[in-house]
Amino acid sequence: MINIFEVNETNKMIEQENLDVRTITMGISLMDCIDSDLDRLNEKIYNKIVSKAGNLVEVGDRIAEEYGIPIVNKRISVTPIALIGSAACKCSADFVAIARTLDRAAKEVGVNFLGGYSALVSKGMTPAEELLIESIPQAMAETERVCSSVNVGSTRTGINMDAVKLMGEIVLQTAKATKDQDSLGCAKLVVFCNAPDDNPFMAGAFHGVTEADCIINVGVSGPGVVKTALEKVRGKDFETLCEMIKRTAFKVTRVGQLVALEASKALNVPFGIVDLSLAPTPAIGDSVAEILQEIGVERAGAPGTTAALALLNDQVKKGGVMAAEAVGGLSGAFIPVSEDQGMIDAVNDGALCLEKLEAMTCVCSVGLDMIAIPGDTKATTIAGIIADEAAIGMVNQKTTAVRLIPVIGKGVGEVVEFGGLLGYAPIMPVNSFSCDVFVERGGQIPAPIHSFKN
Amino acid sequence: MKKTIITVVGNDTVGIIAKVCTYLAENNVNIEDISQTIVQGYFNMMMIADFGKAQKDTATISRELGELGDSIGVIIRCQHEDIFNMMHRI
Repeated sequence: MINIFEVNETNKMIEQENLDVRTITMGISLMDCIDSDLDRLNEKIYNKIVSKAGNLVEVGDRIAEEYGIPIVNKRISVTPIALIGSAACKCSADFVAIARTLDRAAKEVGVNFLGGYSALVSKGMTPAEELLIESIPQAMAETERVCSSVNVGSTRTGINMDAVKLMGEIVLQTAKATKDQDSLGCAKLVVFCNAPDDNPFMAGAFHGVTEADCIINVGVSGPGVVKTALEKVRGKDFETLCEMIKRTAFKVTRVGQLVALEASKALNVPFGIVDLSLAPTPAIGDSVAEILQEIGVERAGAPGTTAALALLNDQVKKGGVMAAEAVGGLSGAFIPVSEDQGMIDAVNDGALCLEKLEAMTCVCSVGLDMIAIPGDTKATTIAGIIADEAAIGMVNQKTTAVRLIPVIGKGVGEVVEFGGLLGYAPIMPVNSFSCDVFVERGGQIPAPIHSFKN
Repeated sequence: MKKTIITVVGNDTVGIIAKVCTYLAENNVNIEDISQTIVQGYFNMMMIADFGKAQKDTATISRELGELGDSIGVIIRCQHEDIFNMMHRI
Protein backbone atom coordinates (compact mmCIF):
# COMPACT_ATOMS: atom_id res chain seq x y z
CA MET A 1 0.00 0.00 0.00
CA ILE A 2 1.12 3.53 -0.76
CA ASN A 3 2.72 5.26 2.21
CA ILE A 4 2.79 8.86 3.33
CA PHE A 5 6.40 9.42 2.23
CA GLU A 6 5.65 8.37 -1.34
CA VAL A 7 2.56 10.58 -1.41
CA ASN A 8 4.60 13.49 -0.08
CA GLU A 9 7.35 12.90 -2.64
CA THR A 10 4.88 13.04 -5.52
CA ASN A 11 3.09 16.10 -4.22
CA LYS A 12 6.37 17.89 -3.56
CA MET A 13 7.34 17.30 -7.19
CA ILE A 14 4.04 18.82 -8.31
CA GLU A 15 3.90 21.74 -5.90
CA GLN A 16 7.52 22.77 -5.54
CA GLU A 17 9.37 21.35 -8.53
CA ASN A 18 6.97 22.18 -11.37
CA LEU A 19 6.16 18.57 -12.31
CA ASP A 20 3.44 18.70 -14.91
CA VAL A 21 2.13 17.05 -18.02
CA ARG A 22 3.14 19.60 -20.61
CA THR A 23 0.64 18.67 -23.27
CA ILE A 24 -2.09 16.31 -24.32
CA THR A 25 -2.05 16.56 -28.09
CA MET A 26 -4.78 15.01 -30.18
CA GLY A 27 -3.55 14.00 -33.62
CA ILE A 28 -6.31 14.19 -36.21
CA SER A 29 -6.03 12.93 -39.78
CA LEU A 30 -7.64 15.26 -42.31
CA MET A 31 -7.15 12.87 -45.24
CA ASP A 32 -10.88 12.18 -45.45
CA CYS A 33 -11.57 15.93 -45.77
CA ILE A 34 -9.74 16.30 -49.09
CA ASP A 35 -11.91 18.02 -51.68
CA SER A 36 -11.26 19.97 -54.88
CA ASP A 37 -13.69 22.68 -53.76
CA LEU A 38 -12.03 25.06 -51.29
CA ASP A 39 -15.22 26.01 -49.42
CA ARG A 40 -16.24 22.39 -48.97
CA LEU A 41 -12.70 21.50 -47.88
CA ASN A 42 -12.73 24.23 -45.23
CA GLU A 43 -16.11 23.13 -43.95
CA LYS A 44 -15.04 19.49 -43.69
CA ILE A 45 -11.80 20.40 -41.89
CA TYR A 46 -13.64 22.56 -39.37
CA ASN A 47 -16.30 19.93 -38.72
CA LYS A 48 -13.84 17.10 -38.30
CA ILE A 49 -11.64 18.98 -35.83
CA VAL A 50 -14.58 20.20 -33.79
CA SER A 51 -16.25 16.78 -33.71
CA LYS A 52 -13.07 14.92 -32.69
CA ALA A 53 -11.62 17.44 -30.25
CA GLY A 54 -14.79 18.99 -28.82
CA ASN A 55 -14.22 17.34 -25.42
CA LEU A 56 -10.43 17.48 -25.37
CA VAL A 57 -10.04 20.48 -23.07
CA GLU A 58 -12.79 19.36 -20.71
CA VAL A 59 -11.34 15.83 -20.41
CA GLY A 60 -7.84 17.22 -19.86
CA ASP A 61 -9.06 19.50 -17.09
CA ARG A 62 -11.02 16.69 -15.45
CA ILE A 63 -7.99 14.35 -15.40
CA ALA A 64 -5.86 17.14 -13.98
CA GLU A 65 -8.33 17.63 -11.16
CA GLU A 66 -8.82 13.93 -10.44
CA TYR A 67 -5.13 13.17 -10.10
CA GLY A 68 -3.99 16.55 -8.83
CA ILE A 69 -1.45 16.96 -11.64
CA PRO A 70 -1.39 20.10 -13.81
CA ILE A 71 -1.94 19.45 -17.52
CA VAL A 72 -0.60 22.68 -18.94
CA ASN A 73 -1.66 22.51 -22.57
CA LYS A 74 -4.33 20.82 -24.63
CA ARG A 75 -3.42 20.88 -28.31
CA ILE A 76 -4.18 19.46 -31.73
CA SER A 77 -2.00 18.30 -34.57
CA VAL A 78 -3.35 17.65 -38.07
CA THR A 79 -2.14 16.06 -41.30
CA PRO A 80 0.30 18.34 -43.15
CA ILE A 81 -1.94 20.89 -44.85
CA ALA A 82 0.15 20.93 -48.05
CA LEU A 83 -1.27 17.44 -48.73
CA ILE A 84 -4.82 18.22 -47.64
CA GLY A 85 -5.06 21.44 -49.64
CA SER A 86 -3.28 20.26 -52.78
CA ALA A 87 -6.46 19.54 -54.78
CA ALA A 88 -8.27 22.73 -53.78
CA CYS A 89 -5.62 25.43 -53.46
CA LYS A 90 -4.66 27.27 -56.63
CA CYS A 91 -2.73 30.07 -54.96
CA SER A 92 -1.13 30.95 -51.62
CA ALA A 93 -4.22 32.87 -50.53
CA ASP A 94 -6.24 29.63 -50.77
CA PHE A 95 -3.89 28.04 -48.24
CA VAL A 96 -4.22 31.07 -45.96
CA ALA A 97 -7.98 30.47 -46.01
CA ILE A 98 -7.34 26.97 -44.62
CA ALA A 99 -5.09 28.48 -41.93
CA ARG A 100 -7.95 30.74 -40.89
CA THR A 101 -10.27 27.72 -40.72
CA LEU A 102 -7.77 25.89 -38.49
CA ASP A 103 -7.50 28.94 -36.24
CA ARG A 104 -11.29 29.17 -35.96
CA ALA A 105 -11.53 25.45 -35.10
CA ALA A 106 -8.75 25.75 -32.49
CA LYS A 107 -10.58 28.64 -30.83
CA GLU A 108 -13.90 26.80 -30.93
CA VAL A 109 -12.55 23.75 -29.06
CA GLY A 110 -10.39 25.90 -26.77
CA VAL A 111 -6.89 24.55 -27.53
CA ASN A 112 -4.04 27.07 -27.37
CA PHE A 113 -2.12 25.78 -30.40
CA LEU A 114 -2.88 23.68 -33.46
CA GLY A 115 0.06 22.31 -35.46
CA GLY A 116 0.22 20.93 -38.96
CA TYR A 117 0.31 23.91 -41.29
CA SER A 118 3.15 21.94 -42.74
CA ALA A 119 4.94 20.65 -45.80
CA LEU A 120 7.29 17.66 -46.00
CA VAL A 121 9.73 18.48 -48.77
CA SER A 122 12.94 16.65 -47.90
CA LYS A 123 13.45 15.45 -51.48
CA GLY A 124 11.40 17.80 -53.59
CA MET A 125 8.48 20.19 -53.57
CA THR A 126 5.13 19.74 -55.31
CA PRO A 127 3.49 22.94 -56.60
CA ALA A 128 1.05 22.76 -53.68
CA GLU A 129 3.89 22.46 -51.17
CA GLU A 130 5.58 25.50 -52.67
CA LEU A 131 2.33 27.44 -52.43
CA LEU A 132 1.87 26.47 -48.80
CA ILE A 133 5.43 27.49 -47.93
CA GLU A 134 4.96 30.83 -49.70
CA SER A 135 1.74 31.39 -47.73
CA ILE A 136 3.39 30.87 -44.31
CA PRO A 137 4.22 34.55 -43.58
CA GLN A 138 0.66 35.68 -44.24
CA ALA A 139 -0.84 32.64 -42.47
CA MET A 140 1.27 33.25 -39.35
CA ALA A 141 0.36 36.95 -39.38
CA GLU A 142 -3.36 36.38 -39.81
CA THR A 143 -3.84 33.54 -37.34
CA GLU A 144 -3.20 33.32 -33.63
CA ARG A 145 -3.01 29.62 -32.77
CA VAL A 146 -1.87 27.88 -35.95
CA CYS A 147 1.68 26.50 -35.97
CA SER A 148 3.69 25.75 -39.06
CA SER A 149 6.57 23.41 -39.83
CA VAL A 150 8.54 22.43 -42.90
CA ASN A 151 10.71 19.32 -43.12
CA VAL A 152 13.61 20.08 -45.45
CA GLY A 153 15.79 17.01 -45.04
CA SER A 154 16.19 13.49 -43.71
CA THR A 155 18.87 10.86 -43.26
CA ARG A 156 17.27 8.80 -46.03
CA THR A 157 16.81 11.57 -48.58
CA GLY A 158 19.48 14.15 -47.90
CA ILE A 159 18.75 17.88 -47.71
CA ASN A 160 16.57 19.78 -50.15
CA MET A 161 18.69 22.91 -50.53
CA ASP A 162 16.10 24.65 -52.71
CA ALA A 163 13.69 24.36 -49.77
CA VAL A 164 16.41 25.48 -47.34
CA LYS A 165 17.03 28.61 -49.40
CA LEU A 166 13.32 29.29 -49.64
CA MET A 167 12.86 28.81 -45.88
CA GLY A 168 15.61 31.35 -45.18
CA GLU A 169 13.49 33.88 -47.06
CA ILE A 170 10.21 32.69 -45.52
CA VAL A 171 11.52 32.99 -41.94
CA LEU A 172 12.55 36.57 -42.67
CA GLN A 173 9.25 37.39 -44.41
CA THR A 174 7.33 35.90 -41.46
CA ALA A 175 9.34 38.12 -39.12
CA LYS A 176 8.46 41.15 -41.24
CA ALA A 177 4.78 40.19 -41.50
CA THR A 178 4.55 40.05 -37.69
CA LYS A 179 6.97 42.88 -36.86
CA ASP A 180 4.32 44.71 -34.82
CA GLN A 181 4.39 41.77 -32.37
CA ASP A 182 8.21 41.56 -32.21
CA SER A 183 8.20 39.02 -35.07
CA LEU A 184 6.16 36.55 -33.02
CA GLY A 185 5.14 34.67 -36.19
CA CYS A 186 8.58 33.03 -36.26
CA ALA A 187 7.94 31.47 -32.84
CA LYS A 188 5.20 29.45 -34.56
CA LEU A 189 7.41 28.25 -37.42
CA VAL A 190 9.88 25.35 -37.27
CA VAL A 191 12.21 24.06 -39.98
CA PHE A 192 13.00 20.37 -39.46
CA CYS A 193 15.31 17.61 -40.55
CA ASN A 194 14.03 14.09 -39.75
CA ALA A 195 10.71 15.44 -38.40
CA PRO A 196 8.83 12.79 -36.39
CA ASP A 197 5.23 11.92 -37.32
CA ASP A 198 3.99 11.74 -33.74
CA ASN A 199 5.48 14.75 -31.98
CA PRO A 200 3.05 16.30 -29.46
CA PHE A 201 5.13 19.46 -28.85
CA MET A 202 4.60 22.78 -30.60
CA ALA A 203 5.41 24.49 -32.79
CA GLY A 204 6.55 21.44 -34.74
CA ALA A 205 3.65 19.03 -34.16
CA PHE A 206 1.87 17.52 -37.13
CA HIS A 207 -0.11 14.30 -37.57
CA GLY A 208 1.93 12.18 -39.97
CA VAL A 209 0.34 10.22 -42.79
CA THR A 210 1.59 6.99 -41.24
CA GLU A 211 -0.67 7.58 -38.22
CA ALA A 212 -4.22 6.37 -37.48
CA ASP A 213 -7.34 8.53 -37.93
CA CYS A 214 -7.16 10.02 -34.45
CA ILE A 215 -4.69 9.45 -31.60
CA ILE A 216 -3.64 10.87 -28.25
CA ASN A 217 0.01 11.76 -27.70
CA VAL A 218 1.28 13.09 -24.41
CA GLY A 219 4.36 15.16 -23.66
CA VAL A 220 5.72 15.05 -20.12
CA SER A 221 8.05 17.48 -18.47
CA GLY A 222 9.89 18.01 -15.23
CA PRO A 223 13.30 19.72 -15.42
CA GLY A 224 12.75 21.00 -11.88
CA VAL A 225 12.21 17.47 -10.56
CA VAL A 226 15.46 16.25 -12.13
CA LYS A 227 17.35 19.31 -10.88
CA THR A 228 16.14 18.82 -7.30
CA ALA A 229 16.92 15.08 -7.39
CA LEU A 230 20.48 15.82 -8.55
CA GLU A 231 21.06 18.12 -5.58
CA LYS A 232 21.17 14.92 -3.51
CA VAL A 233 24.13 13.49 -5.46
CA ARG A 234 26.45 16.50 -5.52
CA GLY A 235 30.09 15.45 -5.74
CA LYS A 236 29.25 11.83 -6.56
CA ASP A 237 30.57 10.00 -9.66
CA PHE A 238 28.86 9.82 -13.06
CA GLU A 239 27.39 6.36 -12.44
CA THR A 240 25.52 7.67 -9.40
CA LEU A 241 24.47 10.79 -11.28
CA CYS A 242 23.12 8.79 -14.23
CA GLU A 243 21.26 6.40 -11.97
CA MET A 244 19.52 9.32 -10.29
CA ILE A 245 18.46 10.87 -13.62
CA LYS A 246 17.08 7.52 -14.80
CA ARG A 247 15.08 6.95 -11.63
CA THR A 248 13.63 10.45 -11.77
CA ALA A 249 12.82 10.25 -15.48
CA PHE A 250 11.03 6.97 -14.80
CA LYS A 251 8.79 8.55 -12.18
CA VAL A 252 8.02 11.60 -14.29
CA THR A 253 7.21 9.50 -17.33
CA ARG A 254 4.88 7.21 -15.38
CA VAL A 255 2.64 10.19 -14.74
CA GLY A 256 2.59 10.92 -18.47
CA GLN A 257 1.70 7.32 -19.21
CA LEU A 258 -1.16 7.42 -16.70
CA VAL A 259 -2.56 10.65 -18.14
CA ALA A 260 -2.20 9.34 -21.69
CA LEU A 261 -4.14 6.17 -20.89
CA GLU A 262 -6.85 8.06 -19.00
CA ALA A 263 -7.26 10.60 -21.80
CA SER A 264 -7.34 7.86 -24.39
CA LYS A 265 -10.06 6.03 -22.46
CA ALA A 266 -12.15 9.13 -21.73
CA LEU A 267 -12.03 10.38 -25.31
CA ASN A 268 -12.35 6.91 -26.84
CA VAL A 269 -9.32 7.63 -29.00
CA PRO A 270 -6.34 5.23 -29.24
CA PHE A 271 -3.21 6.08 -27.27
CA GLY A 272 -0.25 6.94 -29.49
CA ILE A 273 2.97 7.73 -27.65
CA VAL A 274 4.47 9.41 -24.63
CA ASP A 275 7.13 11.94 -25.52
CA LEU A 276 9.81 11.72 -22.80
CA SER A 277 10.96 15.26 -22.88
CA LEU A 278 12.48 17.67 -20.43
CA ALA A 279 10.66 20.77 -21.60
CA PRO A 280 11.60 23.91 -19.70
CA THR A 281 9.49 27.01 -19.11
CA PRO A 282 10.59 30.50 -18.13
CA ALA A 283 9.42 29.79 -14.55
CA ILE A 284 12.15 29.72 -11.90
CA GLY A 285 13.18 26.12 -11.17
CA ASP A 286 11.85 24.74 -14.47
CA SER A 287 15.08 24.97 -16.42
CA VAL A 288 17.23 22.46 -18.33
CA ALA A 289 20.20 24.85 -18.06
CA GLU A 290 19.94 24.61 -14.25
CA ILE A 291 20.26 20.81 -14.52
CA LEU A 292 23.45 21.28 -16.52
CA GLN A 293 24.70 23.62 -13.78
CA GLU A 294 23.78 21.03 -11.15
CA ILE A 295 25.76 18.42 -13.12
CA GLY A 296 28.76 20.70 -12.73
CA VAL A 297 29.18 23.46 -15.32
CA GLU A 298 29.10 27.02 -13.99
CA ARG A 299 26.81 28.20 -16.78
CA ALA A 300 25.23 26.47 -19.77
CA GLY A 301 27.79 26.95 -22.52
CA ALA A 302 30.91 26.41 -20.38
CA PRO A 303 33.31 23.64 -21.50
CA GLY A 304 31.75 20.32 -20.52
CA THR A 305 28.22 21.48 -21.37
CA THR A 306 27.86 19.30 -24.46
CA ALA A 307 28.98 16.19 -22.57
CA ALA A 308 26.65 17.00 -19.66
CA LEU A 309 23.74 17.47 -22.06
CA ALA A 310 24.60 14.23 -23.89
CA LEU A 311 24.44 12.17 -20.71
CA LEU A 312 21.28 13.95 -19.54
CA ASN A 313 19.51 13.31 -22.84
CA ASP A 314 20.49 9.65 -22.83
CA GLN A 315 19.55 8.95 -19.22
CA VAL A 316 16.16 10.63 -19.65
CA LYS A 317 15.43 8.19 -22.47
CA LYS A 318 16.75 5.17 -20.58
CA GLY A 319 14.64 5.98 -17.54
CA GLY A 320 11.57 6.89 -19.54
CA VAL A 321 11.46 4.02 -21.99
CA MET A 322 10.58 1.47 -19.35
CA ALA A 323 7.97 3.73 -17.81
CA ALA A 324 5.88 4.13 -20.94
CA GLU A 325 4.03 1.68 -23.12
CA ALA A 326 5.02 3.43 -26.34
CA VAL A 327 7.57 6.17 -26.73
CA GLY A 328 7.99 8.57 -29.61
CA GLY A 329 8.01 12.18 -30.68
CA LEU A 330 11.13 14.13 -29.86
CA SER A 331 11.99 12.52 -26.48
CA GLY A 332 14.98 14.11 -24.79
CA ALA A 333 16.12 17.41 -23.36
CA PHE A 334 14.92 20.58 -25.07
CA ILE A 335 17.29 23.54 -25.08
CA PRO A 336 15.21 26.55 -26.15
CA VAL A 337 16.69 29.88 -25.18
CA SER A 338 13.69 32.14 -24.57
CA GLU A 339 11.72 29.46 -22.71
CA ASP A 340 14.44 28.66 -20.16
CA GLN A 341 15.60 31.17 -17.53
CA GLY A 342 18.96 29.43 -17.09
CA MET A 343 19.65 29.64 -20.83
CA ILE A 344 18.68 33.32 -20.89
CA ASP A 345 21.06 33.97 -17.99
CA ALA A 346 23.83 32.06 -19.78
CA VAL A 347 23.40 34.25 -22.88
CA ASN A 348 23.30 37.45 -20.84
CA ASP A 349 26.46 36.43 -18.96
CA GLY A 350 28.29 35.76 -22.22
CA ALA A 351 28.62 32.02 -21.53
CA LEU A 352 26.51 30.83 -24.45
CA CYS A 353 26.77 31.71 -28.13
CA LEU A 354 25.01 30.43 -31.24
CA GLU A 355 27.93 28.19 -32.19
CA LYS A 356 27.96 26.46 -28.79
CA LEU A 357 24.20 25.99 -29.05
CA GLU A 358 24.76 24.35 -32.43
CA ALA A 359 27.22 21.93 -30.85
CA MET A 360 24.70 21.18 -28.10
CA THR A 361 22.04 20.34 -30.69
CA CYS A 362 24.17 17.38 -31.80
CA VAL A 363 23.29 15.66 -28.53
CA CYS A 364 19.97 17.18 -27.42
CA SER A 365 16.54 16.10 -28.58
CA VAL A 366 15.88 18.79 -31.15
CA GLY A 367 17.77 21.86 -32.26
CA LEU A 368 18.26 25.61 -32.33
CA ASP A 369 15.08 26.63 -30.61
CA MET A 370 13.52 30.01 -29.81
CA ILE A 371 16.65 32.00 -30.51
CA ALA A 372 16.23 35.71 -31.19
CA ILE A 373 18.68 37.14 -33.74
CA PRO A 374 19.03 40.66 -35.20
CA GLY A 375 16.25 41.70 -37.58
CA ASP A 376 18.73 42.71 -40.27
CA THR A 377 20.14 39.16 -40.61
CA LYS A 378 20.25 38.14 -44.29
CA ALA A 379 17.90 35.43 -45.60
CA THR A 380 20.89 33.50 -46.94
CA THR A 381 22.50 33.54 -43.49
CA ILE A 382 19.32 32.08 -41.96
CA ALA A 383 19.32 29.47 -44.75
CA GLY A 384 22.96 28.67 -43.94
CA ILE A 385 22.09 28.12 -40.27
CA ILE A 386 19.17 25.89 -41.31
CA ALA A 387 21.50 23.90 -43.61
CA ASP A 388 24.05 23.41 -40.81
CA GLU A 389 21.40 22.18 -38.43
CA ALA A 390 19.82 19.89 -41.06
CA ALA A 391 23.27 18.43 -41.77
CA ILE A 392 23.71 17.58 -38.09
CA GLY A 393 20.35 15.81 -38.11
CA MET A 394 20.96 14.04 -41.40
CA VAL A 395 24.38 12.66 -40.50
CA ASN A 396 23.52 11.77 -36.90
CA GLN A 397 20.14 10.20 -37.76
CA LYS A 398 18.33 12.44 -35.31
CA THR A 399 15.67 15.11 -35.44
CA THR A 400 17.03 18.62 -35.66
CA ALA A 401 15.08 21.82 -36.01
CA VAL A 402 15.54 25.55 -36.35
CA ARG A 403 13.21 28.07 -34.78
CA LEU A 404 14.95 31.41 -35.17
CA ILE A 405 13.30 34.76 -34.62
CA PRO A 406 14.90 37.60 -36.55
CA VAL A 407 13.40 40.47 -34.56
CA ILE A 408 12.69 43.27 -37.02
CA GLY A 409 13.93 46.64 -35.78
CA LYS A 410 16.04 45.20 -32.98
CA GLY A 411 19.71 44.37 -32.68
CA VAL A 412 22.23 42.53 -30.50
CA GLY A 413 21.89 43.30 -26.79
CA GLU A 414 18.23 44.23 -26.97
CA VAL A 415 15.56 42.01 -25.45
CA VAL A 416 12.40 40.66 -27.03
CA GLU A 417 9.36 39.66 -24.97
CA PHE A 418 6.95 37.03 -26.30
CA GLY A 419 5.00 36.39 -23.12
CA GLY A 420 3.60 33.23 -21.52
CA LEU A 421 5.31 29.90 -22.22
CA LEU A 422 7.28 31.50 -25.08
CA GLY A 423 9.15 33.69 -22.62
CA TYR A 424 11.65 36.42 -23.49
CA ALA A 425 15.08 36.42 -25.08
CA PRO A 426 18.18 38.55 -25.46
CA ILE A 427 19.05 39.00 -29.14
CA MET A 428 22.15 36.97 -29.97
CA PRO A 429 24.85 37.89 -32.47
CA VAL A 430 25.13 35.90 -35.71
CA ASN A 431 28.36 35.27 -37.61
CA SER A 432 28.40 38.06 -40.20
CA PHE A 433 30.50 36.34 -42.86
CA SER A 434 28.47 35.50 -45.97
CA CYS A 435 27.29 32.08 -47.22
CA ASP A 436 25.48 33.52 -50.27
CA VAL A 437 27.42 31.46 -52.81
CA PHE A 438 26.80 28.24 -50.91
CA VAL A 439 23.05 28.83 -50.56
CA GLU A 440 22.61 30.05 -54.16
CA ARG A 441 23.86 26.75 -55.62
CA GLY A 442 20.44 25.12 -55.23
CA GLY A 443 19.62 21.42 -55.64
CA GLN A 444 19.93 18.52 -53.22
CA ILE A 445 22.65 17.50 -50.77
CA PRO A 446 22.68 13.71 -51.20
CA ALA A 447 21.92 11.30 -48.36
CA PRO A 448 24.95 10.14 -46.38
CA ILE A 449 26.48 6.75 -47.15
CA HIS A 450 25.28 5.22 -43.86
CA SER A 451 21.66 5.81 -44.89
CA PHE A 452 21.87 2.92 -47.39
CA LYS A 453 20.87 0.17 -45.04
CA ASN A 454 18.78 -2.12 -47.26
CA MET B 1 -13.00 -0.01 -6.21
CA LYS B 2 -10.21 2.54 -6.67
CA LYS B 3 -9.26 4.55 -3.63
CA THR B 4 -8.78 8.26 -3.14
CA ILE B 5 -5.80 9.63 -1.27
CA ILE B 6 -6.65 12.62 0.92
CA THR B 7 -3.71 14.70 2.12
CA VAL B 8 -3.86 17.42 4.74
CA VAL B 9 -0.89 19.75 5.17
CA GLY B 10 -0.59 22.89 7.29
CA ASN B 11 0.00 24.42 10.69
CA ASP B 12 -0.88 22.04 13.51
CA THR B 13 -3.99 23.10 15.45
CA VAL B 14 -6.52 21.36 17.67
CA GLY B 15 -9.21 19.39 15.89
CA ILE B 16 -7.92 19.03 12.30
CA ILE B 17 -8.46 15.28 12.19
CA ALA B 18 -11.81 15.60 13.95
CA LYS B 19 -13.16 18.12 11.46
CA VAL B 20 -11.97 16.21 8.39
CA CYS B 21 -13.28 12.90 9.74
CA THR B 22 -16.64 14.43 10.68
CA TYR B 23 -17.07 15.76 7.16
CA LEU B 24 -16.15 12.38 5.66
CA ALA B 25 -18.54 10.52 8.01
CA GLU B 26 -21.39 12.88 7.15
CA ASN B 27 -20.80 12.18 3.49
CA ASN B 28 -20.53 8.41 3.86
CA VAL B 29 -16.87 8.22 2.91
CA ASN B 30 -15.08 5.26 4.52
CA ILE B 31 -11.54 5.81 5.81
CA GLU B 32 -9.39 2.71 5.37
CA ASP B 33 -6.05 3.97 6.58
CA ILE B 34 -4.63 7.05 8.26
CA SER B 35 -1.02 8.01 8.77
CA GLN B 36 0.15 11.25 10.25
CA THR B 37 3.47 12.90 10.87
CA ILE B 38 5.00 16.30 11.54
CA VAL B 39 7.39 17.41 8.76
CA GLN B 40 9.49 20.51 9.49
CA GLY B 41 6.89 21.71 11.99
CA TYR B 42 3.97 21.17 9.63
CA PHE B 43 1.07 18.86 10.28
CA ASN B 44 1.04 16.23 7.58
CA MET B 45 -1.70 13.60 7.24
CA MET B 46 -2.61 11.08 4.59
CA MET B 47 -5.84 9.09 4.43
CA ILE B 48 -6.77 6.30 2.10
CA ALA B 49 -10.49 6.66 1.55
CA ASP B 50 -13.24 4.87 -0.33
CA PHE B 51 -15.70 7.23 -2.02
CA GLY B 52 -17.75 4.31 -3.39
CA LYS B 53 -20.80 4.82 -1.15
CA ALA B 54 -20.74 8.61 -1.06
CA GLN B 55 -23.81 10.40 -2.37
CA LYS B 56 -21.87 13.37 -3.71
CA ASP B 57 -19.49 12.98 -6.63
CA THR B 58 -15.73 13.04 -6.15
CA ALA B 59 -15.29 16.52 -7.61
CA THR B 60 -17.83 17.98 -5.15
CA ILE B 61 -16.28 16.28 -2.13
CA SER B 62 -12.85 17.38 -3.30
CA ARG B 63 -14.03 21.00 -3.58
CA GLU B 64 -15.84 20.97 -0.23
CA LEU B 65 -12.83 19.45 1.52
CA GLY B 66 -10.70 22.18 -0.02
CA GLU B 67 -13.07 24.78 1.42
CA LEU B 68 -13.03 23.05 4.83
CA GLY B 69 -9.22 23.19 4.69
CA ASP B 70 -9.33 26.93 3.95
CA SER B 71 -11.55 27.46 7.01
CA ILE B 72 -9.11 25.72 9.38
CA GLY B 73 -5.91 26.98 7.71
CA VAL B 74 -4.66 23.76 6.11
CA ILE B 75 -4.44 22.53 2.52
CA ILE B 76 -6.60 19.49 1.80
CA ARG B 77 -6.26 17.61 -1.47
CA CYS B 78 -8.02 14.59 -2.95
CA GLN B 79 -6.18 12.60 -5.57
CA HIS B 80 -6.91 9.31 -7.28
CA GLU B 81 -4.54 6.69 -5.85
CA ASP B 82 -3.30 5.66 -9.30
CA ILE B 83 -0.97 8.65 -9.67
CA PHE B 84 0.97 7.32 -6.66
CA ASN B 85 0.72 3.68 -7.70
CA MET B 86 2.03 4.48 -11.16
CA MET B 87 4.93 6.54 -9.88
CA HIS B 88 6.06 4.34 -7.00
CA ARG B 89 5.13 0.78 -8.03
CA ILE B 90 6.29 -1.19 -11.05
